[in-house]
Amino acid sequence: MGTAADVAGAAAPGIAIETLVRLPENKDILSCIQCGTCAATCPYGESMKYPPRRIIAMLRAGLIDQVLASDSLLLCVGCYACMAKCPRGIRLTEVLLPAVKEQVFVHLAETPAELQKALENTLRYGNPMGEPSRKRAAWVKTAGVPIRILAADPRPTDVLWIVECQNSYHPRGQDISRATARLFHALEIDFAILGNEEKCAGECARLLGEAGLFETLMDYNIALFQKYRFNRIVTSGAHAYDAFRHLYPAMGFDRPVDHTTPFLARSLDRLRPRLTRKLNYRVTYHDACCLGRHNGFYEEPRRLLGAIPGVKLVEMVHNRVNSVCCGGGGGGMWLDTYFKSRGVERLSERRVKEALATGADVLAVSCPYEVSRFEDALKVLGGDSRMVVKDVVELLDEAMETGQ
Amino acid sequence: MAIWIVAEQWRGKISPITYELLVLGRELADALGVPLEAVLAGSGVEDPGATLGKADSVLYFDHPLLAEPVPELQAKAIAMLAKIRHPQVIAVPLSNVSLGLGSLLGAELGSPVVNFCKDVRVREGRLEACCVLYGGKIEATVAPQGEPVVLGICPNARGADESHVRPTRRVERFSFPLEPSPVRFQRYVEPEAGDVDLTQQDVLVAVGRGIQQKENLKLAEGLAEVLGGAVCGSRPVVDQGWLPLSRQIGKSGVTVKPKLYIAAGISGAPEHTEGMRNAELIVAINTDSRAPIFDIAHYGIVGDVLDVLPALADEIRARRE
Amino acid sequence: MNITVLLRMVPDVVEELEIAPDGRRLDDEMLRMILSESDDHALEQALLLKECLGGSVTAIAPEASEVNDALYTAVAKGADRAMKLTGLAAGGSTTVLARAFARVLSGGAGVVPADLILTGVQAHDDLDGLLAPLVAHHLGLPHVSIVTRVQVAADRKTAIVAREYPGGVHGEFEVPLPAVLGIQAAEKPPRYVPVAKVRAAMKSARIEELDQAAWEVPPAQIEVLRMDKPEVSSHAEMIEGTPDAMALRVCEILDARGLL
Repeated sequence: MGTAADVAGAAAPGIAIETLVRLPENKDILSCIQCGTCAATCPYGESMKYPPRRIIAMLRAGLIDQVLASDSLLLCVGCYACMAKCPRGIRLTEVLLPAVKEQVFVHLAETPAELQKALENTLRYGNPMGEPSRKRAAWVKTAGVPIRILAADPRPTDVLWIVECQNSYHPRGQDISRATARLFHALEIDFAILGNEEKCAGECARLLGEAGLFETLMDYNIALFQKYRFNRIVTSGAHAYDAFRHLYPAMGFDRPVDHTTPFLARSLDRLRPRLTRKLNYRVTYHDACCLGRHNGFYEEPRRLLGAIPGVKLVEMVHNRVNSVCCGGGGGGMWLDTYFKSRGVERLSERRVKEALATGADVLAVSCPYEVSRFEDALKVLGGDSRMVVKDVVELLDEAMETGQ
Repeated sequence: MAIWIVAEQWRGKISPITYELLVLGRELADALGVPLEAVLAGSGVEDPGATLGKADSVLYFDHPLLAEPVPELQAKAIAMLAKIRHPQVIAVPLSNVSLGLGSLLGAELGSPVVNFCKDVRVREGRLEACCVLYGGKIEATVAPQGEPVVLGICPNARGADESHVRPTRRVERFSFPLEPSPVRFQRYVEPEAGDVDLTQQDVLVAVGRGIQQKENLKLAEGLAEVLGGAVCGSRPVVDQGWLPLSRQIGKSGVTVKPKLYIAAGISGAPEHTEGMRNAELIVAINTDSRAPIFDIAHYGIVGDVLDVLPALADEIRARRE
Repeated sequence: MNITVLLRMVPDVVEELEIAPDGRRLDDEMLRMILSESDDHALEQALLLKECLGGSVTAIAPEASEVNDALYTAVAKGADRAMKLTGLAAGGSTTVLARAFARVLSGGAGVVPADLILTGVQAHDDLDGLLAPLVAHHLGLPHVSIVTRVQVAADRKTAIVAREYPGGVHGEFEVPLPAVLGIQAAEKPPRYVPVAKVRAAMKSARIEELDQAAWEVPPAQIEVLRMDKPEVSSHAEMIEGTPDAMALRVCEILDARGLL
């Protein structure tokens, strides 16, 4: 699958879209029937000047330049809602939108400051927060279980666990990482991490339109993967999962890739006997966009949650394929200021309202952005005394007799 | 043989940093057993010795062209004097007004320039300067060789107050021809008149990047209101346009000494702390436990200002009831 | 309008700085170099002026770790030429660099004579002086530092620049061109450039090298005796707990001082 940058190479910006849609694997794009389901499903559809339907119409009319001159596409959070519902099966979120957004970027008069910083940090430090690489594995010290770092101990490992940026640096992310390590340990999984050598997978940047940044990181990661011997990758990063699973094979990396949630679900028989602590929670599960709509992992997290004694699952009104994005993907994590200035509601707040309406005690998530975004939203909505946000692995860890 | 400090005069007033240099210069002069001389380059100054009496004498270079704040002209004038009087050391202030003067003096005289000095001492008969590098992360101790040595002195290298301001009659006047500089001063542009004089506030709530976005300013405003103070900010916040220039604290802004200074989401870079480090009580809030602000604050909170500011405002309101 | 921008790489303080075993310089094992922040602003200002007035922007930097990235990024942003000074002693001082730049800028070496030379007002390792006034001095050109605004006159012979003073005051100066300006802040924040453009620049642009090895460097007049991490002589008394608990404690402190 080609990215716009592959095609454009050193070609002048602005013609890449037309060339792109004529590639054999993308010929579906022009078969759009203009039904408008994409715009209707888009969580920001009301504010989006150029939903996919209009983009394709403008392409056909030879007016794509107008689309590229608009900044409305910064509202696209890469949530796969349009692509999941498109009756023609057009690869909107995967191919068309990143290609358009790449050109929007080139034409943008001014890049929102927070976004610029995040992208520059990702390129320079391998994480959007701008934290030093030397601190990426600092969380390991307090995990309570041994964690092997390949740079220090390069023996072969079964699982290469890619921890991901948020889960390495953010305090709540670190909670999730420690819980994951304890679960892996309890399941006697042979795993190791890259530690300070690990860098962002750059998939959110790619969805945003920074194909060049994605490629730079991909070059680095593939070279790094070749340094060590491992059988498979398991990653806590939902977006990272997409990159390694769907995009890296084209560059010659083809080992099995899993996300922690389905990975743990597959080991549920071995995990279940360890879940001995009863947690009397009403839990509502938020389907992450990448894991759910894009990869179909709807039942795995629910099976894991259902295996915890005392947990009662309730569903939000929009669940599974209809889940509402937390607003963090596709660059949204760094565009909250921009969204505010455009007067649009934060998607995380919209979603948390739905969660609160279920009466649940716990909002369970499985994508790294979601914890901090939903916790912020809970605070803003004044719901933080009624509900907490926990990653699925945190709940599993809590239910383990040796967990926290 | 003498220690020179360059007195900084701006818009008719001797800048406070001059007195800090005098305190330092006095120490060096006493250690080396040589006189301390204050050098002033200006135009039409009636009583150059009015406040510089901590020095043994004042050397005043008078020339109409020195009415304009052009560092090249000042450097030329002071260099002329240096070539006659051969000082060992020329200390210049590192401030917005005098920036560049040290380098130009060094170039004119073929002298070494030691920049970013936060301390200078005499050890075993030779000068040792402690210089701040990499934004304060490293201190380099250096020994300059040559004469004269030009030292660029950072603000707050020494404390100075009214006791260091006194007159002297020992003023020597000089005037030599000076070529006009091709750089022509036109005018000063004042910042937009703020409704608030920050230097007169007892309480200041200062915000930095940690406030994250403009809407969150209201949290600071809420706290300032219950404390009877005003909101101000560090440079990044002003650069973003979230606060006007008149509310900027620091090197390019205002220096304040309030009773209470709450630094919310401010990292504590020297350019900012220069403007507030002498506040009576400094409470700092930052998510980074290693933020330099905690080195000068009296009390510190590692936390998110978006949580702490409203909690504080609420608690104060509750107490009032 | 031909604008030359002088760029420098400085130690990146995001990665913690360590001191080398000999105690006199930085340990370069984990050291990363980044474009000096005000040089980035100087580049942005140059690009803004080029967009307004046409002409060309030449970026010149001394050899350093990661300097090629900075130069290709400058080209991707819109600089027309990128040049590198090679053969300078490592950890070079600002005074030595100023002479090297002045040599290169005073003609020959294929450097386009500049109408305007921009560089950052200062870098955080300018131990022995500031670049802008020194380059101006060696070239015999006028100079203004701490510049936040540059307005070139219609005849391109002069510019009005705004320079920062304390208290938010600005001074306006008229400077004949060519001149050297020490930029504090560009009129807009440094722009973002998509990585694809930088990658394209890496393929298509060429960094011209100007070798300085033949030039004699005078002995250093400043000896670095040692480097230390600053001793923190005092530290705040830290307050801990939930936001509410911390608020309570702070109120107690304020109350005790009569501030409530």
